[in-house]
Amino acid sequence: MRNLLPKVEDSVPHEVVSYPQSLWDTLLNRVRSGEWEPWPVVIGLIFTWLLFQSLNGNFLTPRNLSNLVLQTGVVGTLGIGVVLVLLLGEIDLSLGAVCGVCASVLGVLITALHWPGIPAMLVTLLIGILIGLLQGAVTVYIGVPSFIVTLGGFLAWQGVQLILLGDAGELIVLDPIVKSFASSYLTVFASIVLGIFIVAIVLVSLLARRRSRRRAGLEPFPISAIIVWLAVVIIGTGVVIALFDAYFGIPYMVVLLLVVVALLTWMTNRSVFGRHVYAIGGNAEAARRAGIHVKTVRLAIFALASTLAALGGVLSVSREFAVSTGTGGGTLLLESIAAAVIGGTSLFGGRGQISQALLGALVIGSIENGLYLLGQPASTQNIATGIILVIAVSVDALSRRRQQTS
Amino acid sequence: MSMQDSVLPQGQPRLALRGMSKRFGAIVALDHVDFEVYPGEVVALVGDNGAGKSTLAKIIAGVYHADSGTIAFEGRDVAIPSPEAANALGIATVYQDLALCDNLDVVANLFLGREQGPRRLPIALRWTQEDEMERRAREVLSSLSVHLSSLRRPVKQLSGGQRQSVAVGRAVLWGSKVVLLDEPTAALGVEQTAMVHRLILQLRELGLSVVLISHNLTDVFKVADRIIVLRLGRRVGTFTTSQTTTDQVVAAITTGGTEAAEGIL
Repeated sequence: MRNLLPKVEDSVPHEVVSYPQSLWDTLLNRVRSGEWEPWPVVIGLIFTWLLFQSLNGNFLTPRNLSNLVLQTGVVGTLGIGVVLVLLLGEIDLSLGAVCGVCASVLGVLITALHWPGIPAMLVTLLIGILIGLLQGAVTVYIGVPSFIVTLGGFLAWQGVQLILLGDAGELIVLDPIVKSFASSYLTVFASIVLGIFIVAIVLVSLLARRRSRRRAGLEPFPISAIIVWLAVVIIGTGVVIALFDAYFGIPYMVVLLLVVVALLTWMTNRSVFGRHVYAIGGNAEAARRAGIHVKTVRLAIFALASTLAALGGVLSVSREFAVSTGTGGGTLLLESIAAAVIGGTSLFGGRGQISQALLGALVIGSIENGLYLLGQPASTQNIATGIILVIAVSVDALSRRRQQTS
Repeated sequence: MSMQDSVLPQGQPRLALRGMSKRFGAIVALDHVDFEVYPGEVVALVGDNGAGKSTLAKIIAGVYHADSGTIAFEGRDVAIPSPEAANALGIATVYQDLALCDNLDVVANLFLGREQGPRRLPIALRWTQEDEMERRAREVLSSLSVHLSSLRRPVKQLSGGQRQSVAVGRAVLWGSKVVLLDEPTAALGVEQTAMVHRLILQLRELGLSVVLISHNLTDVFKVADRIIVLRLGRRVGTFTTSQTTTDQVVAAITTGGTEAAEGIL
């Protein structure tokens, strides 16, 4: 009974409490405890790039990297949706089919109904939301497992896609605005402005965080940590911009993806809604008892994932100037699930980051792209991607086991 | 049963239940049971399996409704129709499973479902005021004499006792006046159990009323001020811990009543 403190709120015993709270310490702690997930996938990506570069000197050229990023866009967008549903511990098998059916809707609106590009894309996204709400409502309110509901959706939306595309099975979409995402590039000047903007946002948010900590009476992290972070961001942004600008520039699609990733990262990590998503994924019963509207949150996530699939459909049309019966089919869905998982997102809910989908998609895209440069057929690419997927999850499982026994 | 009257502390009970009865079909789970807990007091509710202690606890927590009986909270007659109603009155229940999200850090768990942020915004746009939450979390945990090396670690990395502290801290943070602890040391080792004992005493020190439901009489004798024994749905004994031996309590649990105990002796 050595610690019977009186009922005084402000008698915080500072000498007993040591909270390592700088950004730097937080980061180190996370890496040490296996909580900072991007490490394995970043190392894996660098390794893959160096390997292919040593096998074929064309791999790390600005031209190929620019292509690689464009190839990765659709898988990455769907992968973000997969991360969102996986965070809840759910699954959505319909995302590929939703991507295809929404691409078909866009094709029909533009070619058959002669809609202009922007309203056609907005309606396409709206259809994505509605599909997500429908499937989400069946899952959440009727209680059918999401695996089954979205498996049904996967079959049904594929059927709808066949109907929409008719006998020809393909629509050529030449709308300039739709095409621009994958085939227009920022000017050098615009890309530099974008870079400065990104650095400014990072700086402002770091300073705001520091001020808020000081106001709350917590030790603010040192200026040196801010300088290190800023240096990393400036160098990273600079290298990426220089690479893109050495070819045609930054594709619009990349800007769009950056905005989507930034907004959703903010939402998942900093908003109350995002906190609720992680809470439900971690312990749904605890979340419910704490008064969180579990059903509403789950419904919203299914809608959001479907919307991202619809966006993937738009990007797919933009890249191929067409929609066909194969759009959204093949291995797209499985690759986007693999992207999320290779990125480090848990299949059991409560652990993962939005940006991991893009990193995972880059790994998959790099393998396909690299093997293609080496003249390997699709069969080899599939085998390699499959092996990498299993290796990635094994590494994750092993590190987790070590964490528990230590 | 003259003992019962002599052991009651002075003043008004914070929570008083009178004549609670509850049936499940043909089974009488509670038969006109009274229960009371005072401010700054730790009351242990003990009894064998099926004695009715978890039924009584669930009535207090708003999970079950009694068939008859009255509940008074700080002297006012109240109804507790739901767990939310119990929380609103200031009655917090810490279940055995603790209801923590293992993937979230200490601060996030303390504020779960009640994150601080600009209220006007919808929750997808409402940012969490992490630093303010962390400051308050720190305050509450030090008022409980709980010292964690970091409040930003996921709670799955904490020990059993520390996890219990976080679950209890949640009750304190939200200004609860009565805390119900359901078998808090069931899965803990010696050191962790001692930590939970200190935590309970600290709650008493803060003026909260603690209701401890436990099988473990060592626990009960370490921290409880009074011990209420239920047997087959009836209250068969009330003891002041400092004036009681374990044997007396065991006798009450197994055979009912202090008289029976004397008979054996």
